[in-house]
Amino acid sequence: MSQACEKRHQRELSFTVNGKLETVRIHPMERLLDVLRQQLGLTGTKEGCGEGECGACAILMDGQLVNSCLIPALQAADAQVITIEGVADDPEASALQAAFLQCGGAQCGMCTPGMILSASHLLRKQPAPTLEDIREALGGNLCRCTGYMQIFEAVAQAARPRTGR
Amino acid sequence: MTEEHIIGSSVPRKEGRDKVTGAARYIDDLSMPGMLYGATVRSQIPRGLIRNIAFDPQVDWSDFVSVTAKDIPGQNCIALIGDDQPCLANERVNHPEEPILLLAHPDRHLLRKAVDAVRIEYEPLPAIFTMEESERCAQVIWGTDNTFKRFLIAKGDLDEIWSKADFIVEGEYATGAQEQLYIENNGVIAAFDTEHGITVWGSLQCPYYVHKALMALCDLPADKVRVVQAETGGAFGGKEDYPSMIASHATLLAMKSGHPVKMVYDRLEDMTATTKRHPSRTRHRTAVTKDGTILGGEIDFTIDGGAYATLSSVVLSRGVIHAGGPYYWPSVRIRGKAVATNMPPHGAFRGFGAPQSLFAMERHMDRIAEAVGLSPVEIRRRNFLKPGQTTTTEQAIREDIDLGKLLDRALELSDYTAKKARFRQENPLGRSKRGMGIAAVLHGAGFTGSGERYLASVVAVEGCADGGVRVLVSSTEFGQGTNTVLCQIAAEALGISYEDVRIAPPDTNLVPNSGPTVASRTAMVVGSLVRSAALGIRQTLRAGGGLGESYSGEEFRQACRQYVAAHGELRSYAHYESPAGVFWDDQKYRGEAYASFAWAIYIAEVEVNLLTYSATVEDFVALQEIGRVLHPVLARGQIAGGVAQGIGFALYEKVVWQNGRMQNGQMTNYIMPTSADLPPIRVFFEEMGNLHGAYGAKGIGELPMDGPAPAIANAIAAALGTRFDSIPVLPEDILEAISARGEP
Repeated sequence: MSQACEKRHQRELSFTVNGKLETVRIHPMERLLDVLRQQLGLTGTKEGCGEGECGACAILMDGQLVNSCLIPALQAADAQVITIEGVADDPEASALQAAFLQCGGAQCGMCTPGMILSASHLLRKQPAPTLEDIREALGGNLCRCTGYMQIFEAVAQAARPRTGR
Repeated sequence: MTEEHIIGSSVPRKEGRDKVTGAARYIDDLSMPGMLYGATVRSQIPRGLIRNIAFDPQVDWSDFVSVTAKDIPGQNCIALIGDDQPCLANERVNHPEEPILLLAHPDRHLLRKAVDAVRIEYEPLPAIFTMEESERCAQVIWGTDNTFKRFLIAKGDLDEIWSKADFIVEGEYATGAQEQLYIENNGVIAAFDTEHGITVWGSLQCPYYVHKALMALCDLPADKVRVVQAETGGAFGGKEDYPSMIASHATLLAMKSGHPVKMVYDRLEDMTATTKRHPSRTRHRTAVTKDGTILGGEIDFTIDGGAYATLSSVVLSRGVIHAGGPYYWPSVRIRGKAVATNMPPHGAFRGFGAPQSLFAMERHMDRIAEAVGLSPVEIRRRNFLKPGQTTTTEQAIREDIDLGKLLDRALELSDYTAKKARFRQENPLGRSKRGMGIAAVLHGAGFTGSGERYLASVVAVEGCADGGVRVLVSSTEFGQGTNTVLCQIAAEALGISYEDVRIAPPDTNLVPNSGPTVASRTAMVVGSLVRSAALGIRQTLRAGGGLGESYSGEEFRQACRQYVAAHGELRSYAHYESPAGVFWDDQKYRGEAYASFAWAIYIAEVEVNLLTYSATVEDFVALQEIGRVLHPVLARGQIAGGVAQGIGFALYEKVVWQNGRMQNGQMTNYIMPTSADLPPIRVFFEEMGNLHGAYGAKGIGELPMDGPAPAIANAIAAALGTRFDSIPVLPEDILEAISARGEP
């Protein structure tokens, strides 16, 4: 939020983002999406629709998959937030990133960060998902480029090494 | 030289790593010091005179920069083809959401409130919203007769055919507007200083279109305008012409304020104010013999262009040329017309007129089959174009294409015959009805007729100081794979590894004009030029003695480094030259319309639930002949993505209009297919030989948009025994059609 907003309305927000404690001053109505993108410079989280339909802004908050465009930032106080920038350390997510590359799961790339977060959330809950599980889990992430087929394949491929264990 | 082929292998997407890690920078991810945000005040009425612009005195306007038409240094138009669309409405508005006034401010939130605090006072004029109102000149809103463009394709003698015909089959077909719905909305950042002029970074397909528009708008020479494409989050034609508008707006604000200005639309503004697929109406009247042979016919194709001409003439052109489908017409009259209404201008969307006219053709083929008493398979087989025959524009088919064979394979892959028999048995019993539908389509690659000659595309390939090779083109990546495929072609031509080739950023200060990234032309037309330019590099290195007949990757890099060290630069250009013996008559619309056609047979299996009246695609087979498949993973992605958009076009995506304004401009109520809605989209390729393109590639991007809608409408008609000649087919349409039959 810019200087034009009255300082007296601002609140302090502390939360952990990708393992790092962050404290920012924000307007109470600020969306978590804008705090991540504009104040913390984490632009990997995308805005597609601003109304929770497309899932491009999906992040993990305390292990829950949420659309950050719908979350008032203050609600993230003391939360653990994971964005696309923070998933590389996570083996599930990095397997997903590799599989998205190999299978053609990313075309224009705008839905990809949200897609990978949704998929990694799925794999954490269900290490060996069926195609139906994948379809359902990604139902909140719109992709206009791929027709989803290669995204499903990428998720299935990322799941495969674990299912063999 | 490497032995293994790079062409035909699925190498990693060049910018893929950045996309999966979130590192890729799209326009809204960029920021500049001192940057302001820009917003647009738009017309709230469809047509009228602007009487006054009032600023709410409650707002302190001193912090805002505002721009009207009077601030435009050059021409108040978006230079494209006809130059009839103003950048900012001056005295009158011709459609809802027409831009009137621009505002800039450092704070996005205050800016949004300020837009609502500007009140435009109008004297409303009567408006027209349908093609029929436009045709009968209920109001004349453009030119003398509301018509942007007409085309006539005339082949053979029609007079004879009607008396010879055993059947004369007539039909009327309609398609609705469709929103491109790229996940990233339109956006740009513009900066201005007197020394360098204008720089625009944006989400866009055609840097040189924007470049041309800004030169005219600001009355600046070419070297004072620079356009750079940022990573672009989908386009599908929706970022072909509109970026010139938003770039113009941001530029005017940047010039007036002296600050960089970012304009990024939210979803509602993007959906209501920017372009969509042209709605269409097609009438067919066809003379057929009793064995199902088409003798000839008349096709009338009309599209709604909205309030300004923009790209409508070219969309119309592609629509009329594709209107006869992949069939042999001994004689035909195709009349095309683009008309004006008081709607926001319709524009480019994947397929560009062809999905509209091909929907009609393919629905009509099923109707002809019904009239003659043949199956949808047989009617098509008997009329398919064969090598040596000519298209409706009298272009001879010189490639060795066998559409009958393609059809047979698609029937087999979809298990068509067995399923059809099964559905015939099961349908009378169940509360859901299933049907199979076929569509056979063709799609011409590249600009139409003499278009590529006029474009005169140029590409460059350079050898770099580090020994690598760089491709310089204005062709843009927006998901389809431009970066990857053009680097593959250069690597293959030079016999070096894919990793040794990179692509320059699409920046008009850096790259030559390789033409717009549209019309399925990049792999075929630009790819050929990249190959020629790459071969030029090798020739130069060999001529200089630095490179032998055969060489290793390291030897090539070494030769490159040495050459650059000695001469400062190693660069090779290739210019488009039209193939010899190609004839096209722009006046008569006759001749070689396209350098090549891609062909496809699509088969849809659809289930209609008679409790919910919803139609669901259960299986989809997409079989196509696109020449050489350069990159199997990318090619499959193009087809599956296009089919998904085609399924949306057929079953889900309806623009609800009221007084010329889109009422459902949100992802919540404009429904595109989700992961849960789509069937398995099974993609197959058949390579049958061809004449043009780098390593035999034809166009691929638009083809998959052409077939799904008619295949699905044909399948629904087969399932229910009721015709569906207008798309989208929503549950309420199915309910209405069934109710109209008067059955329980």
